[in-house]
Amino acid sequence: MSGATGNTSARQGAGQPVLDIEKLKVTFATDQGDVKAVKDVSFTVAPGEIVAIVGESGSGKTVTAKAILGLLPDTAISSGAVVISGNNIVSVGERQLRQIRGRDVAMVFQEPSTALNPVYTVGWQIAEGLRAHRPEGKRVGRKAARKLAIEALAKVGMPEPEKRVDYYPHQFSGGQKQRVVIAAALALNPGLIVADEPTTALDVTVQAEILELLRDLRDQFGTSIVLITHNMGVVADLADRVVVMYEGDVVEEAGSAALFAAPKQEYTRQLLAAVPHLGRNSASAGFTTRAFQDKEVLVEAKDLEVEYPGRLGSPAFRAVDKVSFTISAGEVFGLVGESGSGKTTIGRAIAGLNRTTGGSLQVLGYEMLDYKERSFRPLRKDIGFVFQDPAASFNPHLSIGECVAEPLVIHTDLSGAAITAKVGELLESVQLPRAYAKRFPHELSGGQRQRASLARGLALKPRLLVADEPTSALDVSVQAKVLELFREIQTELGFAALFISHDLAVVDILAEWVGVLYKGKLVEQGIGSQIMGSPKDDYTKRLIASLPVPNPAEQAERRAVHQALLGGK
Amino acid sequence: MERKKSLFSRLPVISQLKQSMGLQRGMLIAGILMTAIFLLTAALAPLITPYGPTQRFNETQEPPSSAHIWGTTAGGYDVFSRTIWGAQTAFLVIVVAVVLSIFIGVILGLLSGYIGGWLDRILVVVADAIYAFPTLLLAMVMSIAISHGRSNMWSGIFSAAISITVVFIPQYFRVIRAETIRLKAEPFVESAIVVGASSVRIMARHIYKNATRTLPLIFTLNASEAILTLAGLGFLGFGIEPSSAAEWGYDLNHAQTDAASGIWWTGVFPGAAIVLTVLGLTLLGESMNDLNDPRLRGRKRSKKKARTMNGNKQEQVVDA
Repeated sequence: MSGATGNTSARQGAGQPVLDIEKLKVTFATDQGDVKAVKDVSFTVAPGEIVAIVGESGSGKTVTAKAILGLLPDTAISSGAVVISGNNIVSVGERQLRQIRGRDVAMVFQEPSTALNPVYTVGWQIAEGLRAHRPEGKRVGRKAARKLAIEALAKVGMPEPEKRVDYYPHQFSGGQKQRVVIAAALALNPGLIVADEPTTALDVTVQAEILELLRDLRDQFGTSIVLITHNMGVVADLADRVVVMYEGDVVEEAGSAALFAAPKQEYTRQLLAAVPHLGRNSASAGFTTRAFQDKEVLVEAKDLEVEYPGRLGSPAFRAVDKVSFTISAGEVFGLVGESGSGKTTIGRAIAGLNRTTGGSLQVLGYEMLDYKERSFRPLRKDIGFVFQDPAASFNPHLSIGECVAEPLVIHTDLSGAAITAKVGELLESVQLPRAYAKRFPHELSGGQRQRASLARGLALKPRLLVADEPTSALDVSVQAKVLELFREIQTELGFAALFISHDLAVVDILAEWVGVLYKGKLVEQGIGSQIMGSPKDDYTKRLIASLPVPNPAEQAERRAVHQALLGGK
Repeated sequence: MERKKSLFSRLPVISQLKQSMGLQRGMLIAGILMTAIFLLTAALAPLITPYGPTQRFNETQEPPSSAHIWGTTAGGYDVFSRTIWGAQTAFLVIVVAVVLSIFIGVILGLLSGYIGGWLDRILVVVADAIYAFPTLLLAMVMSIAISHGRSNMWSGIFSAAISITVVFIPQYFRVIRAETIRLKAEPFVESAIVVGASSVRIMARHIYKNATRTLPLIFTLNASEAILTLAGLGFLGFGIEPSSAAEWGYDLNHAQTDAASGIWWTGVFPGAAIVLTVLGLTLLGESMNDLNDPRLRGRKRSKKKARTMNGNKQEQVVDA
């Protein structure tokens, strides 16, 4: 079962491993009986080594990470050994566990905004670990704690640490908050940091900075890092060694370069093949002019503005600022941008879920500035919408069939039997068995639900489909299949689509024409392959350079380019 | 997971009973038992009692005897019969009150939450204004307005029920309105909007069922409150005429003077009936509330495994 041990990292020093996991098993007691989350996991982490645990959701990677810190809930039963500096975490008592946490091993959480307590200053939170542990056997005074917190902040590259130490979490941006979390983890100089999806909640450009920081920490302080992630690009960028997990088991373990170059197991091969790779498989490869310009223009935005009213006394927030673009029939328009760039707002404005406040937005000839639900409703049958989270976009009390039939019931006079037949056809067209119509949303997997969502969006053969991050809640292998399906159906039915995503590689696979949004402004638009290949705008350049590609050698080159780009600014 | 659980095991109280364990299970079973006794008593009152609720006897303030096993009151009523019949009155009032307030509260909550705007603002202000009144005072005012304070059995039951309804509507209204506002932002409601569904369809098909999931819990908790309000009204003399139906609050009020002169049986039995019924309903409601929330629900630990797996935790596991 255990894969090839692979060549260990060159950095691996002599001496004991920092972490030694031996035959770890974790079982959860649930209402449905026992669930084996981790079946048999063994690996070691040498001093100064970065080991990535990758796997899709449900593979047991986060449970493994929590087991390393003894953070499993009461319902979990673990066996085997997790040895950190001579202590077996699985069997030591609560008291000893508290001493080990922070001193020998620390954790960096996924969502920095919830990992920090909003009512204390960051300095206080960093110092909390110091006060709890009394390094050198005595109480840490207020002044000393503050000094150590400033040092920790300086270590993670926080500008002006003397001032920032007194700031509250809300005064930092997401990336800075993650730096603070890392600083808190580093306060006692633990030999090992467990980072659970440390960059998943962050934008790509910020992600690049945090990855850089983690690499620096290892290089400067020799901290070992266990990196839990589903993002193969992040793995390629940072890891020395990779442990691939699938359904609670270790499928393969190998050096990073070896794993990406020649994966031994079938599962790893599939996983790597499913990862979208920037510049490969582009929808607009070889295009020189914009396609579909001879067709009817379905959506036309001219200096479009969307403002959200501010609270009393504060000005309105302009989410979309003078954006102009067109979408023609049959064209897939890709809209990329980081969180807060206004991409979702534009998609929702086109579907009439947000009101526009300035400029002009014509959707199928309807001016959205004079929006009235009553007069817009007849047009809704020509607009399909696919939401980001397939789990939330279905009414949990209705069966999949009823959900997919909803547009048919509302807009057509078909009889019950005709609708059932049509729903069956629709489900088959998105490669779901007809029998699934009787199932309830929670009985389907994420990918299946997103297919059903696509079936609902296409039920009335709309001329325009708005897809708002349709694959970002899915695992890579599922994402690859959904993207392929989307591409097939789009070619077959020829509807126009607005495809919104934060992932450049995904957009490039589908969209012929790509627009890049930054802080509500459309900074660049053009043919997909050209934007990805030779971006003009500074922001686009940075965005593309920060995107890690799933190939260690190529990523190392890109990293150098990225640093040059940042250094030059 | 393919096989669906039988309908019986998915019924509200039954499914929770199956999930429960330990102290929570004990509380739930106690609640179910007490509530069941209350319901049975209410249903079988004509069979259990030797006399009618309004039947008067010449023996007044008689201590418990074979003819009157719980004695008689100053007014010549048989305490045992009055107490048992009181369960029926209480049950009817609860049902009428809670059904009325659920109907009105749910409809107003859905409209207010979904449509929003000025309608929402006005309804919220009205609900807040009703909240601001002491509930018993409001119930008294309503009871006087409806039946001028005193009435026969059915109009008495309705006036008591409506008085309670007015107090409860804001509660249901608030809960449903808050749920509706939350659900309104859910993607599945937005996807219905995008599809072109009308507001009525969205409220009826998408929001209604999702918003009313917590109602059985509020129902059981409110039922106990309804009994207390009814008893309060009766105690203060705004309840149902003793000549038309048995009512615990009234009997308790008239037992006040007896207590001082050592006549305990007129007060103890109706009082105990109120306490036990309210306790039963509260236990049922609270434990269902806890069991419905996975975070509050206790789970079985597979003790045997835990013991063999980590040897040195053995003592703790056994203790737990």
